[in-house]
Amino acid sequence: MVELKEKAEAEVRAEAEPNVIEISALDERGEPKPYKLLNDEVHRAAAAGCDVIRLRDVHGQRFLAAGLEGRVRLEVYGTPGNDLGVFMDGPTIEVFGSAQDQAGNTMNNGKIVVHGNAWDVTGFAARGGKIFVRGDGGYRIGIHMKEFRRHRPVVVYGGCVREFFGEYMAGGLLVALGLDGRGKAASRDPGREVVGSGLATGIHGGVIYLRGDVPDHYLGVGAVKRELDERDRKTLEPVLREFGEHFDVPLELIWEKPFTKVVPASSRPYGAYYCGKLI
Amino acid sequence: MADIYHEIPPRFQVEIDREKCRLCERCTVNCTYDVHSFQGERIVARSENCVACQRCATMCPQGAISILPGKITFAPHYTYSDRIRRIIYEQASTGGVMLAGSGTDLPYRVIFDDLLLDAAQVTNPSIDPLRETVETVTYLGRKPDRMSVAEDDGKLIVSRGADYPNVELSTPIVVGHMSLGSISYNACLAILRAAKEVGTMVGTGEGGLHPDFYEYADVINSEVASGRFGIEPRYLKEIAAIEIKIGQGAKPGHGGHLPGEKVDAVISETRMIPKGTDALSPYPHHDIYSIEDLAQLIGALKEASRYRVPVGVKIAAVHNSAPIASGIARAGADFITLDGLRGGTGAAPRIIRDHAGIPVELAVAAVDRRLREEGIRHLVSIVAGGSIRYAADLVKVLALGADAAMVGQSALIAMGCRACQMCHLGNCSWGIATQRSDLTRRLDVDIAAQRLANVFHAWTEELREILGALGIDSVESLVGNRDRLRYVGPNPKVAEVLGVKHAGEPWSD
Repeated sequence: MVELKEKAEAEVRAEAEPNVIEISALDERGEPKPYKLLNDEVHRAAAAGCDVIRLRDVHGQRFLAAGLEGRVRLEVYGTPGNDLGVFMDGPTIEVFGSAQDQAGNTMNNGKIVVHGNAWDVTGFAARGGKIFVRGDGGYRIGIHMKEFRRHRPVVVYGGCVREFFGEYMAGGLLVALGLDGRGKAASRDPGREVVGSGLATGIHGGVIYLRGDVPDHYLGVGAVKRELDERDRKTLEPVLREFGEHFDVPLELIWEKPFTKVVPASSRPYGAYYCGKLI
Repeated sequence: MADIYHEIPPRFQVEIDREKCRLCERCTVNCTYDVHSFQGERIVARSENCVACQRCATMCPQGAISILPGKITFAPHYTYSDRIRRIIYEQASTGGVMLAGSGTDLPYRVIFDDLLLDAAQVTNPSIDPLRETVETVTYLGRKPDRMSVAEDDGKLIVSRGADYPNVELSTPIVVGHMSLGSISYNACLAILRAAKEVGTMVGTGEGGLHPDFYEYADVINSEVASGRFGIEPRYLKEIAAIEIKIGQGAKPGHGGHLPGEKVDAVISETRMIPKGTDALSPYPHHDIYSIEDLAQLIGALKEASRYRVPVGVKIAAVHNSAPIASGIARAGADFITLDGLRGGTGAAPRIIRDHAGIPVELAVAAVDRRLREEGIRHLVSIVAGGSIRYAADLVKVLALGADAAMVGQSALIAMGCRACQMCHLGNCSWGIATQRSDLTRRLDVDIAAQRLANVFHAWTEELREILGALGIDSVESLVGNRDRLRYVGPNPKVAEVLGVKHAGEPWSD
């Protein structure tokens, strides 16, 4: 009980007067610090009880916030390297720029907000947490995401993504809106395709929502298209609102165009695949 | 596809001695393959369902049950062996991909059996392990690049540069990765208890760690495989070591499909997936397509675990193991596990289990030699598994270049497994390779743990005996010591790959 109370008080204090630390990703000679050094500073700051860690001049340092736990908030200025927030459990990372590959790799919980693009394999094998990307994404985003009990990963792209979106997906929620992620307000559709082929190949759990339609031949093995119903709208609404709040995109604009839902044909894709009782 | 059943002769003949049978029906309760049933006034055995797990015969209080080779023989045919004919019949019935459990039972030559050990005679006296210390403690992990010794005012100053995290094992035997899913909760618990008592390490297998098992965190080697199941912060932070699984000896290049019907409440909690869904481990890791990508995952795991534990990489023994291992060592791994052709599995496509990979003897010798030639052997420890059957194999695999041996099947046999190779059916009558709660109960955790610990203790004593006979006082001096092995097999090329001389050839001419 006392613990809970202390925790609540700490949260109130953090909100009122956050304990902020600024860390430069450059050393005294102006060279980018090795990731090990930078991450060590991040982990030490988090362990010391900082509420907000502001990273300046990030130059592709990998593994930022790897395995970091707790409620700390990371603000990243510059371009973080691959595996941003890998194995992370709880913190919030906001990137004022673009992220590289594998942001949120095997993430357990927490939130990653990227104001630019986040390229290949974002949210790989994530089991929880949320990833919001304002712009575009590359290949194999959201592959093999899972879900368990209250943990349900959510990945939302404001722009377009490429091939193999949601491949091997086992749970969670994947969204691509196809808005013009490069424009300031993301206010118009440039007529690009929201997603590439090989969509959701091997999917056996979770759900994908795409704004606009997708040609049937883009669907991978085991994936089927469905119309949205009221429950889908209820699921999407809070997720889209959160996305809109982060990037200042009005909800009406997003709902202007109908969505397509992609789900697994079966949760048992290998149910009748094997034999071998006699020998 | 509907099964088109085709009657074929049973592999085994189950016979009940009517004189001895007291109709207690214990066999009907114990059989999990639907062989025994009580009909009218007698026990009837359906031999065609028997897998020779021996549960009924063992449990029959009268000793009334015999399990014999099938009585109806196939016409002899070398090319179309009984086995091949059975495979064709099965596939004609089901149209399915043949699944198999355990390790391959095909008669690939066991090279361990073609190797003989040296013994100390006259010029290099043997050591009596009862009287003198013969060290079996083994450290897994990267070793320092160099050590320097200086003298300062009569004192020796030893400096060895950076220290890297190592796992200390009391004996060079580790238990391989058998997940909760492939084997039962009780079997996992028994193995963990045995390992804790002996002071060694146990792999989690792909599938996370059940919350109850964190009590044994200091003997746990957390596996990170392509499905990334069950990876939570403590899975990387509270344990003894982390191992990235690239491949498995029984199914090189294949992932894993845990069928939905095995994903019950316990498995669901461990893997952290909903009940009843197939748990699919993709063939490759979706973030590893090169040594550079592997280096990235190793880096991520070291960052996440704050450099506290060694991070290893497990590969199946394949043609190109040596150059791959070189890449793995350079990618920053602290140990490499080689899993050979005869390694086991809970379930694998039979075609891969029986026909892909190479024997671990050849792989370990090739990898050890390659890393030594390149001057990077100290960057990694080598763990070798895939049919380390007993202490003799352990000694020989160390001499071929492994720092430690990894066991699986032999550990299960110690706990009561009869190696009937039906693990993939999930009906293990001994309560080992099953998730059925009525069956898992059959394995007494205390007894199984003690039996396994006994085997580890016995092997360690036998290792000491042989080290003494070799005149070696520490197991580290046996590692890669091919001079103490001789080849007696039929193929000189094998000896060449192993780097072992033929029997009769002296140390030097």
